[in-house]
This record gives sequence, C-alpha cells and structure tokens, in this order.
Amino acid sequence: MLSWFRLAVYFFIVNMKETEKVSQKKGNSSETVIHIKGLKKSFGANDVLKNINLDVKRGENVVILGKSGTGKSVTIQCIVGALVPDGGEVEVFGEEVAALKEKQLKELRMKIGFLFQSGALYDSMTVRENLEFPLTRVLKLKDQSDINNRVEEVLENVGLSDAIDKMPSDLSGGMRKRVGLARTLIVNPEIMLYDEPTTGLDPITSREISELILQMQKKYKTTSIIITHDMECADITADRVVIMNDGEYIAEGSVAELKNSKDGLVRSFFKSTL
Amino acid sequence: MAEQAIPGWKKWLEGSGDQVIFLKGFFRNVFRGGFEWSEFVRQCYEIGYKSFMLVGTTAFIMGLVLALQLRPTLVNFGAVSMLPKSLAVSIVREIGPIITAMICAGKIGSGIGAELGSMKVTEQIGAMEVSGANPIQYLVVTRILATTLMVPVLTLLGDVLGLLGGFLAINITSSVSAMLYFNKCLASIDFTDFLPAFIKTIFFGFVIGFVGCYKGYNSNRGTESVGLAANSAVVTASLWIFVIDAIVVQISSLLFYR
Ligand SMILES: Nc1ncnc2c1ncn2[C@@H]1O[C@H](COP(=O)(O)OP(=O)(O)OP(=O)(O)O)[C@@H](O)[C@H]1O
Ligand SMILES: [Mg+2]
Repeated sequence: MLSWFRLAVYFFIVNMKETEKVSQKKGNSSETVIHIKGLKKSFGANDVLKNINLDVKRGENVVILGKSGTGKSVTIQCIVGALVPDGGEVEVFGEEVAALKEKQLKELRMKIGFLFQSGALYDSMTVRENLEFPLTRVLKLKDQSDINNRVEEVLENVGLSDAIDKMPSDLSGGMRKRVGLARTLIVNPEIMLYDEPTTGLDPITSREISELILQMQKKYKTTSIIITHDMECADITADRVVIMNDGEYIAEGSVAELKNSKDGLVRSFFKSTL
Repeated sequence: MAEQAIPGWKKWLEGSGDQVIFLKGFFRNVFRGGFEWSEFVRQCYEIGYKSFMLVGTTAFIMGLVLALQLRPTLVNFGAVSMLPKSLAVSIVREIGPIITAMICAGKIGSGIGAELGSMKVTEQIGAMEVSGANPIQYLVVTRILATTLMVPVLTLLGDVLGLLGGFLAINITSSVSAMLYFNKCLASIDFTDFLPAFIKTIFFGFVIGFVGCYKGYNSNRGTESVGLAANSAVVTASLWIFVIDAIVVQISSLLFYR
C-alpha cells in the first residue's frame, strides 16, 4: 500500500518536472520562431512582395496592417509553404520552409494554424465533421469521446455550441468565420496565422474574437501573426504592429507609437476608425 | 503567328508534365497507409447509385433502337434469327461500354471537376493542405478509385438493360420467349467478347476520375474557372475514352479475332 503511494508521488513529481520543462521550452520568449528576410514574390508581371523583413518572437502577437492587395495574405502563405517565394528567406523554427521535404513540411504545418480570409469550411461536411477533420486526419486521434469533448469545448469557446450539426451553407458569414477559427484552434497550434479574423463581423463578435486571440496567446503561449483592417482588433491583440505598403514594410512599433508617427501614410491607417 | 504557337505548345507540354506528376501523386497515395474507406464508399454510392437511372434508361433505349434498326436489314438477308446474336455482340463489345462511359464522363466527370474546382476556389483544398492533412488521399484517391470501380459496374448494368431493350423491340414484332432470347444472347457472347470490353471500362472509369480530379484540383482562382474545370473535364475525358477504345480494339483484334 505504502509503496504504491510512493510510486504515485514519484510519478507525480516526474510529471511536474516534465510539464515544467515543456512550459519552459514554450515560454522562452526571446527565441525567434518566424524569420523573414528579403522576401520576394511575383505572379507573372505582378511584383507583389518586393522586400519583406519580419522577425516574430515566441509568444508574440504581431499585427500586420496594409491596404488591400499589398500582399499580406501572400506573405503568410509563404510562411506555411502554400506559396513558394521567388527570393529571400522564410524560416520557421529555424528551418527554411522552401527547402523542406514533404514529410517535414507536414510536420511543420501541424504546428501552424492558418485561418483563411474566407474561412474555407469544407462544404460537404457538417460543422462537427469540419472540426473532427484535423483531429482524425492530422493528429490521428482514435478515441471518439476525446474527439467529441474537444469539438464541444472549442465550439463553446467561439460561442457556437448549438450550430454543431449544421451544414456550412446554413451558417451566416460571421458564424462561418468562427467555425473556421475553431477548426484552426482545435489542434492547439504553436503558431497562429490569422487572415482578417474579424472582417465582416459585427462589433461585438469582433471584440469577442479579438479577446479570444489574446486568450489563446495567454493560455497556450501561441505566437500569432494577425492580418487585419480592424483597428480595435489591432488595439486589443497587438504586441507590435507592422505596416505594409506596396510590397514592403514601411513602419513598425506599438499602436500608440504608430498613431503619433511623423509619416502621414502611417497615421492615416489609424485615422479613419478611431 | 509563330510567337503565339510556341507558348501554346509550351503550355501543352507543361500541362502534360503536371498530369504525370499528378498521376505519380495518386499512385504514391494509394499505397500509403490511412486509406479513406468511408469516403471511398460514399463516393461509390454517389457515383454509382446516382448515375444508375440515367445509364440504365439510355442503355435500354439504345438496345431498343438498335434492334428496331437492325431488323429490316437482317430480314433482307433472311437472317432474322441472327438478331439476338448481333445485338448481344454489338452491345457487349462496344455500345454498352461507350454509352456508359460517355454518360459517366458527362455526369460524373463534370461533377468531380466542378466540385474539386469550387473547393479549390474557396480555398478548401488549400486549407486541407495547410492543416497538414492530405487532400490527395482524401479527395483524389477516393474519387479516382470509385470511378474505376463503378464505371465497369454501371457498364454491366447498361449491358443487361440494353439487351432488355432489344428484347422489347423483338417482342413488338414477333413473340419470342425471354428465356429463349437471353439464352441466344448468352450463347453468342464468349470470353473474347466480354473480357476486352470489360477491361476497357476499367480504363474508362480511371480516365473519367483522373481527368475530373486533375482539372478540378488544378483550376485557377476565380469562379469562372469552376465552370471551365467541369467543361474541360468532360471534353478531355470523352476524347481519352475514344482514344482508349481505339487502342483496345487494336490490341484485342490482334490477340483474339485474327
Ligand atoms: N495565387 C495567386 N496567383 C496569382 N496572383 C495572386 C495569387 N495570390 C495573390 N495574388 C495577387 O497578389 C496580390 C496581393 O494579394 P493578397 O491576397 O496578398 O492581398 P492582401 O494584402 O491580402 O489584400 P486584402 O487585404 O484585400 O486581403 C493581388 O494583386 C493578387 O491578385
Ligand atoms: Mg488578404
């Protein structure tokens, strides 16, 4: 009896140490997880990205602002290897994305959550099946009750518990966006790339989503890049803001710094909404 | 002129290269673990069951019309008793497979092209890829294998219904018992009629699935490309079906009907 107890205590302590190690590893905030240098990308004659430089540290929320069509979405697609850059470096966790083999790329992608601008829900599946898809196909979970728990939990987080058996075509635009968000969050990725998470949502839901992004960062030490046109979202979530224009980064700093920038173009991003 | 011709050729060559890569991707993923059984069964149901009525009706009418058309000619030669045999051979060897394949190219091929095309345009395929899942395995392998299995099955059904149509036509003009008719039909078909025809339907099925998936999977951004994918899936698959038909007829006549 006593020896059992001792064993239990022993495992408890070992476990504690393990979790400590993990959280230390995750919490190492000076480490650069995304490193982009001199990134170039063109489509035919359309030079979209000319010279992008960006370093994102672990646990940091970086907001990217920029006019429509300046290549914000293209930039984050280069990070997950969905687009291959024409030049420059894109390194995630110290590895050059373009040079990865299929298997390594898959492993990397499992650590990155990507919220598409359009939500990109799988039309032919219900909300539940949409959320189960990454669990069964990527994490290869088998235990159905574990899967159900996760699905229900994440849906509650985005406030959509009662939509679980609906088809995507029966959801409103904002609901679809939230399901898309739930589908990316469900695997607890280390890096989150949000492409306009609040666009097209009402102010209240927008704020909730922004708070959720912040929570994710606090709770799981998630590193995030957030593309947005929504100043309130930037205000809530950003540790740092970069502004992009015409394929280059033109300014960087906190929201307060950029609001008082000498550059009129930079200030104009903040003027219209606040 | 010449300047325009070169990019056209280049594009065509590039396209063929892409298709070969796509084909390689398909085979690599077929034999990789984690086959999507439930999706495969669903696709078989979608493809097989939903095309069954169309294929059946068309084959039935073709058999009926064929019998009505053949009859006067055979009467002229005093060979009306040959009618079941000529019907059976022409339906099993050629008409059944080609009619079924053309209908499937139109219905299934365009459906797959449009479905995958719209999944591409709405970034669903991108989302699968980026999440670390394997869209080729989930979407492409299941669909290609489903058509490869279901087109032959549908062809068998088409053959039977075509012969039934022929029976109806014969029964209009003279009364023959069903027993006698089908016995005569079966007696006139042998292995060398059936086997090449059956094998080619497997290729038809594969081509329909492959072309549909390729066109859909590689469609461009923009909604109009969904229609384009569906359209070119049908055209290309139909063309391939005739090419395969011609090749199979050459090979089987070398082997069997010298
Ligand atoms: N896959 C692609 N093929 C061809 N052109 C592309 C592709 N992806 C993006 N582009 C082009 O790149 C440019 C930048 O697109 P991107 O989607 O990155 O803009 P954005 O900054 O995200 O704008 P928005 O705020 O409107 O989303 C556009 O001109 C677009 O047409
Ligand atoms: Mg964008």
